[in-house]
This record gives sequence, structure tokens and C-alpha cells, in this order.
Amino acid sequence: MFQIRIHGRGGQGVVSAAEMMSTAAFLEGKHAQAFPSFGSERTGAPVVSYCRIDDKEIRLREPILDPDAVIIQDPTLFQALDVFQGLAPGGFVLINSTRSFEELGISQFLDTLPKEHVCAVGATELAIQHVGRPVPNAALLGGFAAITGRLHFKSVDAAIRKKFGGRIGDGNVAAALAAFEAVQAA
Amino acid sequence: MLKQIEGSHAVAESVALCRPEVICAYPISPQTHIVEGVGDMVKSGELQNCEFINVESEFAALSVAIGSSAAGARTYTATASQGLLFMAEAVYNAAGLGLPIVMTIGNRAIGAPINIWNDHTDSMSMRDAGWIQLFAETNQEAADLHIQAFKLAEELSVPVMVCMDGFILTHAYERVDIPDQAMVDDYLPPFKPRQVLDPTDPYSIGAMVGPEAFTEVRYLAHDRQICALEVIPRIADEFKALFGRDSGGLLHTYRTEDAETIVVTLGSVAGTVKDTVDLMRENGSKIGVVSICSFRPFPKDPIRNVLEQAKRVVVLEKSFALGFGGIVANNVMMSMQGTGVHVYTAVAGLGGRQITRASLATLFEKVGRDELEDVHFLDLDWEVVNRELDRARESATSGPTAENILRDLDLGPGVAKAV
Repeated sequence: MFQIRIHGRGGQGVVSAAEMMSTAAFLEGKHAQAFPSFGSERTGAPVVSYCRIDDKEIRLREPILDPDAVIIQDPTLFQALDVFQGLAPGGFVLINSTRSFEELGISQFLDTLPKEHVCAVGATELAIQHVGRPVPNAALLGGFAAITGRLHFKSVDAAIRKKFGGRIGDGNVAAALAAFEAVQAA
Repeated sequence: MLKQIEGSHAVAESVALCRPEVICAYPISPQTHIVEGVGDMVKSGELQNCEFINVESEFAALSVAIGSSAAGARTYTATASQGLLFMAEAVYNAAGLGLPIVMTIGNRAIGAPINIWNDHTDSMSMRDAGWIQLFAETNQEAADLHIQAFKLAEELSVPVMVCMDGFILTHAYERVDIPDQAMVDDYLPPFKPRQVLDPTDPYSIGAMVGPEAFTEVRYLAHDRQICALEVIPRIADEFKALFGRDSGGLLHTYRTEDAETIVVTLGSVAGTVKDTVDLMRENGSKIGVVSICSFRPFPKDPIRNVLEQAKRVVVLEKSFALGFGGIVANNVMMSMQGTGVHVYTAVAGLGGRQITRASLATLFEKVGRDELEDVHFLDLDWEVVNRELDRARESATSGPTAENILRDLDLGPGVAKAV
């Protein structure tokens, strides 16, 4: 089983991100379970969502306490909570930021992880460029596929289009592809 | 068709396949996505011959449902928490009148303190109202149970509640096999009401009954519940024959054959319990699980048959009777009378408190050593409790408990910590 925890703020599509991730895994024939943190969601408040991916039925219903990967949609959360809590040794970290890990104040922790398991991508900028709105979730899915190799980009593309039709779907897929390529090149 | 779908939407699609003729609902979290889903299908024309009625309250929702069911329409509604309490009088009336309404409960705690998260207090508050209560373990089972529920309700002329864990199931995306319309039509024949308000053949429903016959009418309502103990497994078997899936029935057993300790539970936590049991089995513990699907009627004999070979039983439940202890446990104890098997109660998951494998493993190990107190509250923070007890002892005007505890935990008033 591969477990992903997504941290962000209300309005950034944190819950949709987990949903689309589960759809992408489903399209690859996997079992996948996505669920929100069940908080009182408010715009700007910290929100957590979860996704589990496995080859067999997923029965577990506890929140993800020991993720294999964390996606941080909002780097200001580092001051608010320990987003890396329980992260598996050798786990993956994907951060939505154009700033360096030193600037973000997290380089000490990230140094404990394999270098190729850690990446930052300016997903908000890519979303503004391709979608016209600062919603980084779809771009980060592209980045997730690249850094973990757990999903084919083709499935991410299909999952995004299942959630968003028409031009919004096209824009989000373009943002995801740009992030996918940026992370692969990093 | 296999879909990666939100639990609420899977249920909405499943309900639509049952061709309901009247749906009335009032929104309340966490069931709102279900009625929004069926509402969309009525509006788009995907669900034909169905009237969707927006009402002003939950009391109105079930009252409209009673009227439409009595007029011979297949009727559906959904609610949760305080919504179920607000319709309480109508809940008893629907059952007393024998109207085969199907209602989803997106299980949620009841205030005060106000809390939107999951536990089973809402359904349990109506356990004796005369409705059949089926609890879903997964979203697949929740979807399937609705199809079975209409068949069951209409065959016995009894209303059925399908209870699914709020948020944990209603808001989870996972794979669900949504059946074909043709197969559902095969399984679920058109509604033939046992009683109907028909202007061309008028009679009344809902007579006043005095002491001379009230006991007999109530006994017959009880008798229909007892009949359901035979009907529920049969319709689950028929479902399996047609759809190829084990869904519903009275209870599910897991690794109970040689189990010395058996955990009895209901709802979605059964999945986490099974994973915990698998880990404990690897370390040599002889432990198994019974998950109750039909809580009303309560499957006394089938439960006893499975549990009587165990050395001990622990009932893990998301509700309790204040001043007594476990509600489900009480039912299990009554089923186990004379067997000498000790029944422990573990109250867990109240108001959305997470139930983890780690906590469960510690609990079950303690049960295995017969070291648990009779009524145990899983992961209860005794330090917080004792500090509030101290405050109450020290001052006669110590103030409201909920606010005191939030302050104690350094959470502002009204700030609930996401779980």
C-alpha cells in the first residue's frame, strides 16, 4: 500500500487533489481510497486530505499517520503544523514553492531523505499561467506522478479531465504536464 | 459498472436505479451530497417519474414521505444527526403505520456539544422505533443495501434505515460497482403497496387504538421485525445470485472459526478492525470479527451461534447509553445469556475521534488477557477529564464543560481541531 497525505488551505482544491489522484490510480486498475480530513472547511484554514493506493481492497479507515509521500500545497503551513509528521524513512516530499528549501527553513529535515525524493515546483504560478486561477492541485498531481513514478501521466490527464471538462480541464492538464516535466528535469 | 466515486454519489445512483417515485429531503451534513445527487438526476431527466420535493424541515421531509408512501409511491429520504431527532415523531409513525419508506442515515454525532463528525448516536436513538436498521461496512455495501432495502421494506411493509458512517463513507472516494438498471429491475419488482390511500376505494390509515388492541398491533409490528430475520438473509442470497456479491445479510464473520477473542462491531470501522486482526493473527493471537449488518431486527441466535465458542467478546461501538454503557453490547449480552462468555464494551470513535490500528491492537491485547474494565472508553484522555473534575470540585460555578475543556486544550471556543 502507498499512502499520500496532502496539506493545503481551504480553497486550494486539497480534497479534489486526493479525489483526482484516486481516480488516476483507479484508471490503472488499482484500488484507491481518497478522503478529506473532515474538518470544518473554511477558505484559508489548514485542510488535509488523504489517498491510499493498493493492489488489493483497502479496508483501513484510519487517517494516514505514516505517509509514504506528502504534498504541501501551501508552504506557509510549515509555521502552523508539522506536515512531515510520520513520513516514512525514504518517503517523498513535493512542495508548491519557487523558493529554496533553505529559504523555507526545511532543508535540515529534507536532507534526511533521498535527494531524488524531494522536489519543489511553482504549481501556483503554473496554474495561473495555464488555468488563470491560483489553484495548484492539478499541477501538483503532475509533479507527484513524476517524483514517485506511482502514476502514469496519461492517467493523471484522464483523471483531471474527468473532474474538469472543457477549457478548465485543458488548462489543468497543461499545468500538470508542465509540473511533470519540471520535476522530471529537476 | 466499476466507478471511482464518492460514497454519497454511489448511494444516489443506487437509489435512482430503484426507481423511487417521491424523494423529499432537507439538507444536513453529512448526507447532503446524497440528496443533491438524486436531485440532480431528477432535474436532468436521468431519473424519470420521480418527484423531488424540497421541504422546510426534517419533520416535514418524513411527513411528506409518510403521505406519499401511503398513497402508493416508492419513497426515499435521507437525514443525519439532529435531523433524525427533529423527525422523531414521524419516525415512529412511519413504522407504526407500516409504510415501506427507505431512508439513509449519514451517521453523525448528536449535540450538545454540537459536532458534525461521525458516530452512531443518531441511529441508535431511533433503534426501537420499529424501523429495520442496516449498517454498511463499505460504500459498495451501502450502495447494494439500498437496493435490498426497498425489496425488504416493500415485502414486509416496514420502513428501512440504511446507516452509513458520515464522512468516513459518505465523503470517501473508492471503487463501487454500480449495477445495471435491467438487473435492478429484475431484482426489485414495481411497488405493490400492502395498503394504499386510493380515492376510488377509500379507507383510512392511522386509526386511534385503545388499550383493548394496542398491545396486539404493537406485537404484530414486532412480529414483522422477527420475520425480517428470515427475509434479510434470503434477499441477500438473491442479491448474490444475481449480482455476484456478498452484501447485506444479518452479520458478517471474519476469522472467527478458532477465535478465542471475538470483536463485535458495526459499520465502516470493521475494515480497520479486520486489518488489526490480521496483524494480531500473524503474532499468534486467536482473534476474529463479527460485524453486524442488521442491528434491527437484532440477530440474537446467529450472533450467539458464532460467539458461544469464544472465550470472550468485546463489543466495539460508536455510541453508548449515558448512565449505563454499551448499547450494542447490551444487545449482545442479552443474546449470550447463560453461555458464560464474558462481554466487554469498548466505546470508540465518538464525535469523529479517530480509531487507529495501534489503539485497537492495544485494546484487543488487553481484552485477550482479560484485563479490561467492563466499559472502556478508547483513547479517553484521563488527564483532561480529571482536570475538569477538579475544576468542578473546586468551584460551584466552574462554568460550561465543553468550553472549559476547549480552553484547557488551548483551542479557542468553537474551534474544533480537524482529525
